[in-house]
Amino acid sequence: MKTRYFDHVATNPLLPAALDAMMPYLKEEFGNPLSVYDLGLRAKNAIEDARDMVASLINAKSAEIIFTASGAEANNMAIKGVATAKQGEGKHIIISKVEHHSVLNTARSLEKAGFAVTYLPVDKYGFFDLDALKKSISKETILISLIHASSEIGTIEPIKEAVAIAKERNITIHTDAVASTGNIPIDVKDLGVDMLSMSAHQFYGPKGAGALYLRQGQRLVPLIYGGIQENGRRAGTENVPAIVGMGKAAEVAKAELQQRNAHTGRLRDRIINALKDVEKVHLTGHPTQRLLHHASFVVEYIEGEGMLLMLQAKGIYAASGSACTSKALKASPTLTAINVSPTMAHGSIVFSLGIDNADEDIELLLEEFPQIIKRLRDISPFRKGWGEEEGGSKHV
Amino acid sequence: MNIYFDNNATTSVALEVLEAMLPYLKEAYGNPSTAYSFGRKVRDSVERARGQVASLIGAKEEEIIFTSSGTESDNTAIMSALRFKNAGKHIVTTAVEHPAVLNLCKYLQTFGYTYTELPVDNAGMIDLDYMAQIIDANTAILSIMYANNETGVIFPIDKISRIASSKNVVLHTDAVQAVGKLPINVNDLGVQMLSISGHKLHAPKGVGALYVKKGTEFYPYIIGGHQENGRRAGTENVAAIVGLGKACDIAKTFLDSETLKVQHLRDRLEAGLLNKCSNTIVNGASSPRLSNTSNISFAYVDGEAILMMLDKEGIYASSGSACSSGSGQPSHVLRAMNIPQEYIRSSVRFSLSPYNSEEEVDALIGILPQLIERLRHISFLRGN
Repeated sequence: MKTRYFDHVATNPLLPAALDAMMPYLKEEFGNPLSVYDLGLRAKNAIEDARDMVASLINAKSAEIIFTASGAEANNMAIKGVATAKQGEGKHIIISKVEHHSVLNTARSLEKAGFAVTYLPVDKYGFFDLDALKKSISKETILISLIHASSEIGTIEPIKEAVAIAKERNITIHTDAVASTGNIPIDVKDLGVDMLSMSAHQFYGPKGAGALYLRQGQRLVPLIYGGIQENGRRAGTENVPAIVGMGKAAEVAKAELQQRNAHTGRLRDRIINALKDVEKVHLTGHPTQRLLHHASFVVEYIEGEGMLLMLQAKGIYAASGSACTSKALKASPTLTAINVSPTMAHGSIVFSLGIDNADEDIELLLEEFPQIIKRLRDISPFRKGWGEEEGGSKHV
Repeated sequence: MNIYFDNNATTSVALEVLEAMLPYLKEAYGNPSTAYSFGRKVRDSVERARGQVASLIGAKEEEIIFTSSGTESDNTAIMSALRFKNAGKHIVTTAVEHPAVLNLCKYLQTFGYTYTELPVDNAGMIDLDYMAQIIDANTAILSIMYANNETGVIFPIDKISRIASSKNVVLHTDAVQAVGKLPINVNDLGVQMLSISGHKLHAPKGVGALYVKKGTEFYPYIIGGHQENGRRAGTENVAAIVGLGKACDIAKTFLDSETLKVQHLRDRLEAGLLNKCSNTIVNGASSPRLSNTSNISFAYVDGEAILMMLDKEGIYASSGSACSSGSGQPSHVLRAMNIPQEYIRSSVRFSLSPYNSEEEVDALIGILPQLIERLRHISFLRGN
């Protein structure tokens, strides 16, 4: 059976061009970049070329890119690094209620270590409450870390506005742009953030490579200590092939972004337009200010897991909640934050699209999915009361 | 033709390992955390790799945590131990540790931690009686490397673990250079934590592992999703993890025969060079050593110059560890061994692998003595 992959926010297939670029470094070019002979120097040069490409994707300087093993590591590094470097100036951190677990749980761990954390509320679309941001800033505030775009609800956040507020008070601001980098245009100089996290496998690069943009002049204590790699900012022998793959993926993403977005945006809108007519199915996140490859919904009276299983039986892969929370059956903090009830949150489903998806994939989905909803509702224990309420679709 | 004698810096990925990885760089790209079958199959392969790594060191599967490097494993182990209930604020390590441990300890001083670098003797060995004296109620962790990356000297971790357990101190060993080169059984060793690095045993770069003995307190270092059972966040580097599993599987199967082969090559290399070069010593030779490592000092010659000339001949070796070689610092390991300055500056590390051959060793023996003579001659003319 042909499979249709609609879970690109969980991970992407590796771009063949990126794999081609990586192969020499998995074979004969295996040198350690710190070695002084030519085999090592070639590995070192390959990393620096990749750094240029990643920098170029977000309009940063090459020296502002630190390679990590993942987006999660970049988030840990940014938050713990600033908290540690600036704890003498204050012990208050602001994050939002719609952050990824690697930000949320890092902030919680700092809370245990004596920091105060404010969890910024969001509106029904998931947009930050910027007034609340202004009000929550105090003399103790040393760091604001806000997500750029949510992988669960797709909303692209007003980071520029948040940066303006942070800069007025001279506070370091970090953004987790793991879901957005390589998927929508990002210009760090225009955004004005001090730090930005990204992950290669979110834009058709390999797993095992991420990066932190660290604005020149921004103070940060490293997370991983040891050798002098990454200019002493991140120790450990560089994952040369994965870094090279990330560079290539960044280069291609930059060149093809518009074309990719036109494609996935069109497919996304086909899904949103079709499903909005299905009874008791609600779009989550903002209808337009959202990632172009992202369509997310809550489906009343049924469970995400059930939908996933039945979709899978048709060869369709999608997600319910973020991949990193799918094992935990707790309601997603992001859905809770946009005021989706815990019962409804169980019916969350995310279709995230990619360059490998075609119109016929969408047609199959749109044919199968409403039937699956109907079948699951027929057997749903949550259905009690159905029909006593108003029917029809509304936005959450 | 190139001859690679720098396998302690990094190794080539074994062909079988790359083959095992490729499906996960191509069609099997699912995220192991996803619920559908496509992701679950990928998760199964991560778990299979975990079993292979565990099996190589006699551990249980659930005692293996995948990381991105040996350095991350070392950092994770030490930072976890410092958070144990009632942990002290003192770390005991050695003067010859890898920078992954030493630089972390240095950094931790800014937070009120202290650490002791146990000295080594001329043969690179630590004094266990002295170690026992140094450990006190304030000692939070003992982090002692299994085998030294520069000299290959092997520390008696089993004896060290008896001292550690009698003092009730958690023992971590950086076994990055030992795993895949020595038979290791964590239960016989008695360590609580042990670090592994993939690219030192013909697995790819970008993957490591930390063994944490069941029942040992553990605090994750990279926080986020529930990956690795909540012990290390971040989407799993599936292909590299599969590669590490395969490399461990191969290492387990061929450990005895390959160790013998490599030892034969190393002994041939040392005998050949010592026979033909005067004023030459093998550092750490009187201690138990890894069978693949040879750290040789050719007095009165600059090690860097030797490396450059070998590089021209297509032979790769190193001076000091790759991780500090960019720093221009003379080896902290040889300094700790009290090797005379002229021998430190002239040291070259040859580290072999089962992929090396007798012909390669003989080629080195054929070339190097003449190079040394020439360099010594230049050095003599300059009056150094």
